[in-house]
Amino acid sequence: MSLDKEQVQHIAMLARLKLKPEEYAQSVEKLSRIVDFVDQLAAADTDGVVPMAHPLHATQRLRPDAVTDHDERDRFQQNAAAVSDGLYLVPKVIE
Amino acid sequence: MMKLHTQTLSELSAGLERREFTSVELTKALLDRIATHNDKLNVFVTITKDEALAAAERADAARARGDVGALNGLPIVHKDIFCTRGVKTSCGSRMLDNFISPYDATVVEKLAAAGAVVLGKTNMDEFAMGSSNETSFYGPVKNPWNLDCSPGGSSGGSSAAVAARFAPAATGTDTGGSIRQPAALTGTVGIKPTYGRVSRYGMIAFASSLDQAGVITRSAEDAARLLGVMAGFDERDSTSIDQPVPDYTAEIGRSIEGLRVGIVRQHFDAGLDEQTGVRVKEAIAALESMGATTVEVNLPSIDLSVPTYYVVAPAECSSNLSRFDGVRFGYRAKDPEDLLDLYCRSRGEGFGDEVKRRIMTGAYVLSAGYYDAYYLKAQQVRALIAEDFKRAFAEVDVIAGPTAPAPAFRLGDKVDDPIQMYLNDIYTIGANLAGLPAISVPCGFVDNLPVGLHLVGPHFAESDLLRCAHQYQLQTDFHRACPEAFQ
Amino acid sequence: MRAGWEVVIGLEIHTQLATRSKIFSGASTAYGAEPNTQACLVDLGYPGVLPVLNAEVVRMATLFGLAVNATVARRSVFARKNYFYPDLPKGYQISQLELPIVEHGEMMISDADGNEKRIGITRAHLEEDAGKSVHEGFEGQSGIDLNRAGTPLLEIVSEPDLRSAKEAVAYLKKIHTIVRYLGISDGNMQEGSFRCDANVSVRPLGQQELGTRTELKNLNSFRFIEKAINYEIERQVDLIEDGGTVVQETRLYDSDKDETRSMRSKEEANDYRYFPDPDLLPVEISDEYIETQRRTMPELPDAKQARFENVYGLKIDDAAILTASRALADYFEEVVKATEASAQIAANWIIGDLLGALNREGWEIDDSRISAIDLAGLVNRIHDNSISGKIAKQVFEAMWEGEGDADAIIEAKGLKQITDSSAIEAVVDKVIDANPSQVEEYRAGKDKLMGFFVGKVMQETGGQANPGQVNKILKDKLKG
Repeated sequence: MSLDKEQVQHIAMLARLKLKPEEYAQSVEKLSRIVDFVDQLAAADTDGVVPMAHPLHATQRLRPDAVTDHDERDRFQQNAAAVSDGLYLVPKVIE
Repeated sequence: MMKLHTQTLSELSAGLERREFTSVELTKALLDRIATHNDKLNVFVTITKDEALAAAERADAARARGDVGALNGLPIVHKDIFCTRGVKTSCGSRMLDNFISPYDATVVEKLAAAGAVVLGKTNMDEFAMGSSNETSFYGPVKNPWNLDCSPGGSSGGSSAAVAARFAPAATGTDTGGSIRQPAALTGTVGIKPTYGRVSRYGMIAFASSLDQAGVITRSAEDAARLLGVMAGFDERDSTSIDQPVPDYTAEIGRSIEGLRVGIVRQHFDAGLDEQTGVRVKEAIAALESMGATTVEVNLPSIDLSVPTYYVVAPAECSSNLSRFDGVRFGYRAKDPEDLLDLYCRSRGEGFGDEVKRRIMTGAYVLSAGYYDAYYLKAQQVRALIAEDFKRAFAEVDVIAGPTAPAPAFRLGDKVDDPIQMYLNDIYTIGANLAGLPAISVPCGFVDNLPVGLHLVGPHFAESDLLRCAHQYQLQTDFHRACPEAFQ
Repeated sequence: MRAGWEVVIGLEIHTQLATRSKIFSGASTAYGAEPNTQACLVDLGYPGVLPVLNAEVVRMATLFGLAVNATVARRSVFARKNYFYPDLPKGYQISQLELPIVEHGEMMISDADGNEKRIGITRAHLEEDAGKSVHEGFEGQSGIDLNRAGTPLLEIVSEPDLRSAKEAVAYLKKIHTIVRYLGISDGNMQEGSFRCDANVSVRPLGQQELGTRTELKNLNSFRFIEKAINYEIERQVDLIEDGGTVVQETRLYDSDKDETRSMRSKEEANDYRYFPDPDLLPVEISDEYIETQRRTMPELPDAKQARFENVYGLKIDDAAILTASRALADYFEEVVKATEASAQIAANWIIGDLLGALNREGWEIDDSRISAIDLAGLVNRIHDNSISGKIAKQVFEAMWEGEGDADAIIEAKGLKQITDSSAIEAVVDKVIDANPSQVEEYRAGKDKLMGFFVGKVMQETGGQANPGQVNKILKDKLKG
């Protein structure tokens, strides 16, 4: 196994995913296989190759600085599970 | 009335124009058909019956006024990845089972503006992550050619809808083959245009640098028609390309005499099912008989396309899917203990296994200490692959090969082995990594299951691909074959 | 600074750019709206939406780069900084990491000895702001307001070149002045438009190697920044002298207690998993674009101050005060243009009376109740001897209270200075006659009594006699 349970727990925490105990064993096994599989990239000779982040060599277009969106709070908040006084509610954020 | 469901988009368009039937009649006929057969296939997440009938009425009224859009009154279905205002947009996930989109995707907007009538939203692999439709929260779609088989994925609902004659055309999205592989497995045409050709605005993101919207139809001509409406610059998508959209239908009639077709040796290696290979070679021979010439081309780095993809796509997806946290929309875990619990359980319970696996893979390849070895390396190999294609397209106009390594596989067969599942996209992924347009065209059958011919072109060569596919379809009738149970 | 120790400080300044709309969306950036009424689908991180860059932020960053003598990158790239927090809707912040829009800048400040000192500016990059959490009133829950989410920020990162809290504040004030001069930020610290984090470490004097640093957050006024850094210096030196070690951590400044305290809420080390944002393409800026922006550059504070000293002959300190903001400098120049009096006299009135009045109200120059033209009118009346400086103060107060311009007030209150020599002579004679013993003493050599006579004359004339003339006539007549 290229990954152990501790690593998977760490990754799951980074990704904010709670896994059930039975999901862990499966994840360790399958993620290890995926990591082993992508490890074949290591053999590629990429000396001096510029990484490619976009499929086309285009550049960013700029938008004029204009206010085009207006208040639609009530409509947008219909999808939210917990709202009060126009605010989205979450369990207390501890500073 | 004649059988409407068997007709292509172009045929239906002509019928509407000749007033042989109305859009309302057509829409009702297809909705009835869907009501009768959908349970067998599980194609739809949502059937938008009322909206469809209202749109059909508007289309008929528009026609009466003589004010017709390019797709006026023509029924289509949308993959449930496209945000549709006022309609559930689930992306095949429990996470968005309760999500009503407050806005329309650009693709949805453009097709509606052209007068298309949307019958429903199709089932798909969860967040488009899968090649069999088995990762959907709503259960797998079945292949109309064999109900025990997968229709492919992730646009499996769309491909099955077109194959089963529920609708003449469907939208899809393709990140690593998600339009073309299901098209191949269901005997339909599927085109993924050049990256940036169609706006991604309102298309729920899986891997932003690879995702591209396209269409699934029965004929290349229909694909040309639909793509012409969907394509074009969108100021809301920074990655969409500001280039005029050619009239794809105007060019498909030209012969392919002299078209240079590239053949990649690795595409016919051991991984390919033998009979599938035979069908594809027959199709290439047919192209030659129509005046095309074949040239062997070399793509030295293409063997690394799948591992490259399985670093880049998960990396982007892990970040793209962070917004699903149970706060502003989507699934929210009950009675969270604290903030961390809200996040971890909403996401743990809201996402399915494959999505979680990819999110974790992505988090891993981007994490401190692994970024260079995985993410950066993969983007370098990606550059090599793109360079391979560029060199090849200096010599040929299109590259031809199989779309998928084998015909449709049985549901459940690959679900426990992610790598086997990933290898389904071995021939299609290269086009996504390099941002190239590609199409799958039905080219025969193996054991009564369809096989697809895959054509890839250089950037913005959609016209050549559609022309090549259309000319091939003029000589063949594989695309007219209809699954027995859905005649 | 404790003897034998040296502090090393680097600052990260977050400046809100004064755009109308957000950095990646068309929602308004106006301050103070009802919660979530200025959060559009892009700001909320809705599924399927995409960012499009605001042209104005590129222009503003370019201006800043030019102003601090930096390299404006011909190609810059946005990256995603991934972490989960309720005020961060997408689960990542769009920022710039490897290729920021501005690099290698510098800023001159005066150090403790008054010498010029160069402070390096490592970089300035564009990013989006987060929303806000409201903690009161929701029974164990927090409310999230995303109006601020997506507001454009320019994060300005200095080199660790600062060697005292005073230098840090001097640098900060200078950046604050510059961004307002350029018109790229309102610099409002109360509203959070100009925020600062400080990286502070100490080391024994002479040591090359840097000590372990802490990051101070929540520094929202110049005063607090100075206090927080000084507290932190003491804390670190105490710790080390007592045999302890400084822990690399983020500390929050508590202005009520005047102390910094560790933010221990982070249950894991941050791993932001930065990568280039695939939704945004590289930003490319041409040489022509940069030259176009350069031509629109306003005169910057240092140049303006030098000009005020050279052209107007102002004292250094006065020139510095008057160039602290562009609006104040413009006000000054408007007064100078409209008066025949010397620029220094105009400066004195602005710095003394006008700024005093504004400070009492807590106002800025733009809020002034007296326009530059009206102030020039007042100065002109002093210059042409219509009123004395002392009367002018009275006129100024009346102007501030809105009673009209200087001429109207002088007229209405009959404050015009008496310059008629015969009238003054008459009063002087009267005073001399009334105070024979003092006259005697003066003539016996008690020169100090001159003040007494001047006072008497002014008293008699209600302060309106021209003081120069009074002095002269008194001197003549007292000679006897």
